[in-house]
Amino acid sequence: MKAPSEHEPPWVDAAISHLLRGGVLLSLAVVVLGLVLTFIHHPQYISSHTDLTKLTDPDAEYPHTIRGVWTEMRDGRGQAVVVLGLLLLIATPVARVAFSIIAFAIERDRLYVMITIVVLSLLLLSFVLGAAD
Amino acid sequence: MTPLLFVLLVGCISFFAGTLGSLLGLGGGMIVIPALTLLLGIDIRLAIGASIVSVIATSSGAAAAYVRDRLANLRVAMFLELGTTAGAITGAWIAGMLHPRWLYVLFGSILGYSALAMLRPRKSVAEHGHGDTRLARRLRLHSSYFDDARGREVHYEPARPLFGLSLMYVAGIVSGLLGIGSGALKVPAMDLAMELPIKVSTATSNFMIGVTAAASAGLYFTRGQIDPFIAAPVAIGVLGGAFVGSKLLSRLSSRALRITFVVVLLAVSVQMLVRGLRG
Repeated sequence: MKAPSEHEPPWVDAAISHLLRGGVLLSLAVVVLGLVLTFIHHPQYISSHTDLTKLTDPDAEYPHTIRGVWTEMRDGRGQAVVVLGLLLLIATPVARVAFSIIAFAIERDRLYVMITIVVLSLLLLSFVLGAAD
Repeated sequence: MTPLLFVLLVGCISFFAGTLGSLLGLGGGMIVIPALTLLLGIDIRLAIGASIVSVIATSSGAAAAYVRDRLANLRVAMFLELGTTAGAITGAWIAGMLHPRWLYVLFGSILGYSALAMLRPRKSVAEHGHGDTRLARRLRLHSSYFDDARGREVHYEPARPLFGLSLMYVAGIVSGLLGIGSGALKVPAMDLAMELPIKVSTATSNFMIGVTAAASAGLYFTRGQIDPFIAAPVAIGVLGGAFVGSKLLSRLSSRALRITFVVVLLAVSVQMLVRGLRG
């Protein structure tokens, strides 16, 4: 084993920093685009006073599976684009963890490759568990 | 109210919540959830789903800066994320089985605790140099950071990693249950149990909050509790507010102002408790 390093190499810090900032900016851009599309497709949402309850009710209909987002996106539904943006936001820290596996592997740090794989598995497990509910 | 007006209103409230949460060091979720439920009458489960998404946005935004400044310790973060992600999944899973009124009660209690904790000075309370550091050495958790105030590199050696890990599991449960970052629990855990410098604890906590929140967000998403009409304006508003809050220079150093906010937050926490207990 090489001498214990006090810090990750600078490129790891820089890459993680860019990944996080880029992920947040990209996903929020998609969210805003989706909102604009929604209001263009449903002009009644700008003036109607009766639609709100069905949009913010606990039983409101919006996609909550990745497949659902995909099929509704193909139909050009703005709400599905908003949900896609929110999913990209949720995926940003997940991508950071996935990237860390590669970074630790390049440093030949087996222990932390293992730890990071467990963290990533827990993150992916949460999507599976929710779907099974 | 029209849907457009609703989205704009939620965005404004969230912006305000993000600014205030950042100034008080509580995080946006602690403020936005009571605002959405008590002011707008939104179902608390949807408010929690929206909040957890905004927590990811603010944490990732802040973490980007901390990592660049090399304050966050990536090994400590990854090791402790074993605890926070497992806790977040547990918390989100429990939340799915609880009647919403208990979410109000739990939220009110945690908000009350956090408000009172604001009265304590924000500095290290641990007596450093007593804990067992052998396991932390094997995990290579030691590191260093550049301290601006002292103008030199400071080396530190964490202690008791397993104690820290178990406290992180609890912090993760609270985060997953209530849709908040629970930095108020993570920072003391790193400070007291692991004897990390307070600057490193704060930066590393911010770095971990996003991953913790993502773990429960997966469950909330597939369970259908992330409503785009609520979560979108909350995420944008809280992130914008947190950004502005971090730029405002005075971090509420005036004690009188701090006490005012503590009183207001305590009143809000009582309202949440009452809402829960009345059913």
